[in-house]
Amino acid sequence: MEILGIPLQAFLGQLMLGLVNGSFYAMLSLGLAVIFGLLGIVNFAHGALYMLGAYVAWLSLEKFGLNYWAALVLAPLVVGALGIVIERTLLKRLYKVDPIYGLLLTFGLALIAEGVLRDQFGVSGQQYPVPEALQGATDLGFMILPNYRAWVIVASLTVCFGTWFVIERTRLGSYLRAGTENPSLVQAFGVNVPAMVALTYAAGAGLAALAGVLAAPVIQITPLMGANLIIVVFAVVVIGGMGSILGAILTGLVLGVVEGLTKVFYPEASNIVVFVIMAIVLMLRPAGLFGKEK
Amino acid sequence: MKLGKIATACSLLLGAAVGTSAHAQISGDVIRIGLITDMSGLYSDIDGAGGVEAIRMAIADAGGSVAGKKIEVVFADHQNKADVAAAKAREWFDTQGLDLLIGGTNSGTSLAMAKVAAEKKKPFIAVGAATSALTNDQCNPYTVHWAYDTVALAKGTGNAVVKAGGKSWYFLTADYAFGAQLQNDTSAVVKAAGGNVVGSVKHPLSATDFSSFLLQAQASKAQILGLANAGGDTINAIKAANEFGITKSMKLAGLLVFINDIHSLGLKTTQGMYLTDSWYWNRDAETRAWGRRFFEKMKRMPSSLQAGDYSVATQYLAAVKATGSDDPDKVLAQMRKTKINDIFAKDGFIRGDGRMVHDMYLMQVKTPDKSTEPWDYYNVVQTFKGEEAWTTKAESKCALWK
Repeated sequence: MEILGIPLQAFLGQLMLGLVNGSFYAMLSLGLAVIFGLLGIVNFAHGALYMLGAYVAWLSLEKFGLNYWAALVLAPLVVGALGIVIERTLLKRLYKVDPIYGLLLTFGLALIAEGVLRDQFGVSGQQYPVPEALQGATDLGFMILPNYRAWVIVASLTVCFGTWFVIERTRLGSYLRAGTENPSLVQAFGVNVPAMVALTYAAGAGLAALAGVLAAPVIQITPLMGANLIIVVFAVVVIGGMGSILGAILTGLVLGVVEGLTKVFYPEASNIVVFVIMAIVLMLRPAGLFGKEK
Repeated sequence: MKLGKIATACSLLLGAAVGTSAHAQISGDVIRIGLITDMSGLYSDIDGAGGVEAIRMAIADAGGSVAGKKIEVVFADHQNKADVAAAKAREWFDTQGLDLLIGGTNSGTSLAMAKVAAEKKKPFIAVGAATSALTNDQCNPYTVHWAYDTVALAKGTGNAVVKAGGKSWYFLTADYAFGAQLQNDTSAVVKAAGGNVVGSVKHPLSATDFSSFLLQAQASKAQILGLANAGGDTINAIKAANEFGITKSMKLAGLLVFINDIHSLGLKTTQGMYLTDSWYWNRDAETRAWGRRFFEKMKRMPSSLQAGDYSVATQYLAAVKATGSDDPDKVLAQMRKTKINDIFAKDGFIRGDGRMVHDMYLMQVKTPDKSTEPWDYYNVVQTFKGEEAWTTKAESKCALWK
């Protein structure tokens, strides 16, 4: 049996690989959507935070012998703490001005982070081993799927829908959404809005770092790994609708799959297909697929 | 209005940054050597700051002065942009009295700098660029190509792998001029040696994920996966090939792999791989001694390109000393008639097309248990003597060499 001229087996394999990449896109764009949706900051430092997450994992293994599972907890905490520092010292001064300033500031922060790590570790990158429990591969019948990649899909989908649940379906989430709509009113109810905002940025940064740790065993850890990904992730967020959390998750997954299939049918276009889709979506729905017109 | 101010501020800052890397005083009393290379991007580990240090070592070894004149090195980052490289080269020739321009990594930037140098009638020596076009259809009297080229890489790895039984090839190729040329050159060698090419897939530069491409390669049932890419792309492709078990059914042939890539991937992932390079620090006592000196300064072993940078500066300064002049034509003529003997090359010489002819080495990556120390990575399995490695006169389209 063939689908669009390629054997079903190969087609299913590529679908699976697309889903793996899609889950990375989903996690990164989710963090971006949370930060934009609740804080109104276009967080260009997101790729750098993702990269820092991977470096924290690598350094904690090299210097302190902390394993992958410890890194999964530690990296988001470290990078999240850095997020609080960034938010409290720099970003909080920008909420009242044009969003373009936030974009420029975070872009500058990303360049600094990349420059410092490039100076320290060079660009060829570092190796991070696949944890022992996840080594090996499973024969799915249509392809051999490395166990680690299967774990990535499960882990990131769990985190994505967990985050969506917290923001859309819990009391904490409703405070958050209310706090960004009308800070003074929510403050009057005794909620510490500045602390909540700082924690939101920290959570977004932590999500990026978590994606970095998940990516570390799959790719080479280099200072440029965030910069290579961030533009695609922004496109995902724009297609999904700026600030829409569900939009970011679903679009991330779907675009990962679309990109994966493009690699089979017309490989040369695989790095621009996301932008072609973005152009088409913006023509038809300027607010994105899940965005609300303002 | 605001944007205009920001732009002005940015350009002032940029100007200041560039100004400090190139010394401002203009003087004819100095021999000035310039290196324009990737100082910050994906190729900066294999040349970059290490390349600058290698040139400094050559200047120190020459005693810091030649023919009674002080020697100075200047460097700039071309950011892998041909227009930036050409503009910087022009500025240095016009206002800084640059005597020798050394071209670092990236074929596009070197082809652009070669044009500027030819127009200014100043020597341009390409070290890090791979494209064989520099001495073939685009050759000129002021360009010399030093370390390696795509033809030598193809002949080295292509022939050896076919001879070792790897008859059918599938290429994973970076989708730009360099990848296409490397694939074409290698395909020709593979076919001439009795092998065949069953297919290829082009991937975008700096692709983040190679698994899709690799599954396609695996479906081709070819014996050999030829990697016609470089740097981070090669590294990520090798890593994914291991993860998906592709290395069990196919053997990898890296067509452009530097020791920094092997260091970064580790021997466990790369063991057994064939590659061709122009130099290896642990080949003999002389290269080892120089490699260790470099290590003292940079905390990593030199790549073949950094050794090449040292060699170019050494040979140029020797020619200036011999002629007592920095006149480009006299110095280049002197370099062309002198055999090149240093840590990089033995009995090398510059051909009519500008190609510096020297031995190339086919190497195989050691298994982890055979490696005795960090950076001890290769076994030299074959040496391609002199002319054997390069474009032949019959194949050449260089008008100067007819």
